[in-house]
Amino acid sequence: MQELLLKKISKMNRLLILGVGLLLLSVYFLPIWHIALDAPQYPEGLGMKIWIDKITGSSTYDLQNINLLNHYIGMHEIVSESVPELLFMPYVLGFLIFGAFVTFLHPKVYMVILGILNIIILGILGMYDFWRWEYNYGHNLNPDAPIVVPGMAYQPPLLGCKEMLNITACSFPSWGGIILFVSLGILIWVIWDEKRRIDVSS
Amino acid sequence: MILIGLGYGCKGGAATAALASDAAKRVYVAPGEKDEVYAFLSGGFSGQMSVYGIPSTRLFKIIPVFSVFPENGYGYDEETKNMLRTTNGYVPWDDSHHIEASMTDGKQDGRWLFMNANNSPRLARIDLRSFETKEIIEIPNSAGNHASPFATENTEYLMAATRFSVPIPQASVPIENFSKGDFKGTVSMVKVDPKSGRLSIELQILVPGFDYDLSHCGKGKSHDWCFFTSYNSEQAYKMIEVGASKNDKDYILAFNWVRAKQCLDQGKASNFGGEYYRNYLPENQPAISEKLSGVKMLQPKDCPGVMYYMPTPKSPHGTDVDPTGEYIVGGGKLATVIPVHSFSKLMDVKDKPEHRSGMIMDIPILKYESTLAGEVKKPCLGPLHTEFDGKGYAYTSCFVSSEVVKWELGTWEVEQHLPAYYSVGHLSIVGGSSKDPYGKYLIALNKITKDRYLPVGMELPQSAQLYDISGGKAELLSDFPTVGEPHYSQMIPAKLLMDKAAKIYPLEENKHPYAIKNEKDARVVREGNTVRVYMTQIRSHFKPDTIEVRSGDTVFFHVTNLEQDFDIPHGFAVGGAPEMPNLLIMPGQTRTFKWKAPKPGIYPFYCTDFCSALHQEMQQYIRVLP
Ligand SMILES: [Cu+2]
Repeated sequence: MQELLLKKISKMNRLLILGVGLLLLSVYFLPIWHIALDAPQYPEGLGMKIWIDKITGSSTYDLQNINLLNHYIGMHEIVSESVPELLFMPYVLGFLIFGAFVTFLHPKVYMVILGILNIIILGILGMYDFWRWEYNYGHNLNPDAPIVVPGMAYQPPLLGCKEMLNITACSFPSWGGIILFVSLGILIWVIWDEKRRIDVSS
Repeated sequence: MILIGLGYGCKGGAATAALASDAAKRVYVAPGEKDEVYAFLSGGFSGQMSVYGIPSTRLFKIIPVFSVFPENGYGYDEETKNMLRTTNGYVPWDDSHHIEASMTDGKQDGRWLFMNANNSPRLARIDLRSFETKEIIEIPNSAGNHASPFATENTEYLMAATRFSVPIPQASVPIENFSKGDFKGTVSMVKVDPKSGRLSIELQILVPGFDYDLSHCGKGKSHDWCFFTSYNSEQAYKMIEVGASKNDKDYILAFNWVRAKQCLDQGKASNFGGEYYRNYLPENQPAISEKLSGVKMLQPKDCPGVMYYMPTPKSPHGTDVDPTGEYIVGGGKLATVIPVHSFSKLMDVKDKPEHRSGMIMDIPILKYESTLAGEVKKPCLGPLHTEFDGKGYAYTSCFVSSEVVKWELGTWEVEQHLPAYYSVGHLSIVGGSSKDPYGKYLIALNKITKDRYLPVGMELPQSAQLYDISGGKAELLSDFPTVGEPHYSQMIPAKLLMDKAAKIYPLEENKHPYAIKNEKDARVVREGNTVRVYMTQIRSHFKPDTIEVRSGDTVFFHVTNLEQDFDIPHGFAVGGAPEMPNLLIMPGQTRTFKWKAPKPGIYPFYCTDFCSALHQEMQQYIRVLP
């Protein structure tokens, strides 16, 4: 085990790690998550994108229109400014990228494992935080709202699709999220590859 | 024998039923499916333009152009009322005849439509992104703007010629002076700015006092030329019905607009009077109405080669140029032939004295046979207008015999007679007046309906009929009632327009001086006896929502619709307001409702366009204090 942890990773895998670092840079420019809303009167669809540092509509005016729909049920207005996590998320991503570059310069297997743990821990925290926001938006409704359906909550799904009144909400990772998963996959593959090399040589 | 007879009878019946159901399939557009073509029909005496889908013939929209439209406040509110301003004052109605689609290289480009007003000589530009009227220009020195607005190949100019010749400049002269030449017509060249579409009158040409009826401009080799029909070359002024039908031939005026522009640039036109308005509606701002005065006027004698008369039998109505630009088809209302002039022959003979038979106001009259390419013999009664399918065939409408006649260019042979129900005026083929007809559908635009629909009292709707002309024989597919008289039409393939249609006015681009972009800015401002209400609308409320004014105040409700969602206009109406009808305010738009505060009391105001689940709650009050 110790042999594996302290092993210097192969030249090719080192380049792969560098590649992961560069790939992660693109997450600054791509949405991480996407929530699509489908309703009969919105045949063209409505959607929301969650980026590393902001929330936007899928097209220019979608967020405004989602908030307009939500005002009937008394949901708080969804605006980037109300989610403080978005302020430090770019630094968290920066930390992951920094880790990849350090690993490139100090190419040991344990560094790769640290990277995997970082992504998994941050991923779980991020998903939990996302779920918490969804919960709060969906449950903390204005009691004076024009439409109050007793017992109804409007929490969108964390992953997958869900029907809420006449709206079907689907929540899936977007390009940025997919890149995070792919990065994780590459790192795991690197570990597997390094382990395979030890097995072959012994 | 009887059995055979029955057998035939059954066969015939089955065949008819099969054809009918087949036609029904060809016009059926299933729920959620889109039509293939936009048809824009002028509304004749309604002064509006309506938009239909083809082949379904469903009505999509009425675009107000020359007539007020209480449904959405066009012509009433502070933003659009200046659109209907003329030198005769505010003219809230007109008679709209012809629609022309903008073209690039002779092909429809989907940017604008143009439509004429006959009564108060005017010409409008309709934007094909918003499907709204954006500009109206008055034509000075004209009475009856009928031969209008026909465009040159790249929409460099729109032509507008006088229907009713009058003294120019206007003067009270004895009417019998008409036959002494005191009455004149004008041909106007209205320049279209290629980028913005803005209209300006560049030049007018003074022409003999006939009645100028219709026009079409050349294409390809005839690019430099436009052709105008004229009737009443007799210059009759009493019982014109008889007096103007005497001559065996009237004229098609061939006009070289490139030459006219040359003469203008050489300083051969002189300053001439004539006042006119130009009204322009910038996006989301009040219409700008300018009074302009004076035009450049060219006399044909000062510009040799600018015009020629081609005799054409008899009281010609339509003049239509085929897609190649070679053939100029005349539609003689009272003629027994359809005469076709050849552009190449016109070029050959126009300056050869032996081909001339006289001059009028220094405009040479050519001999009929000299420019004639051929005649379609005995096609029908009352041929009027011709359009082309781009496959070598022409279709001519015949008013008196109520039919559309298909004939072949070059052989001049009639191929088919198609009955029309009833009294067809113009007809229209998709792109049929352009260089590149789409040639699948033809509509006949009829004046009379009689027994076609359920009777609704003595005024029946006018109607149009749809034919499929894609096969060897044209087939009637359906007929449909229209809004107003469907005078002329342009049909444009849907793919050219549908993806460009505007969905909202972006709020950030709203430059209206009284717009507010946020509910926080909603307020009431008093300036003496004038009260300005800066108001917002969003589902499902107004801000401010309760208002107090004093009896006799002039109140301006500057209402901004804050929505940025497709198809969510809001309405605005005040209970009992006598001078203003409803307003429909598009997403991101600001419009102004002017209201004279009446006697003290409580007056409701509300949204009139069912906008949301809480639309009925979108209502508030104004208190009028003593
Ligand atoms: Cu409303």
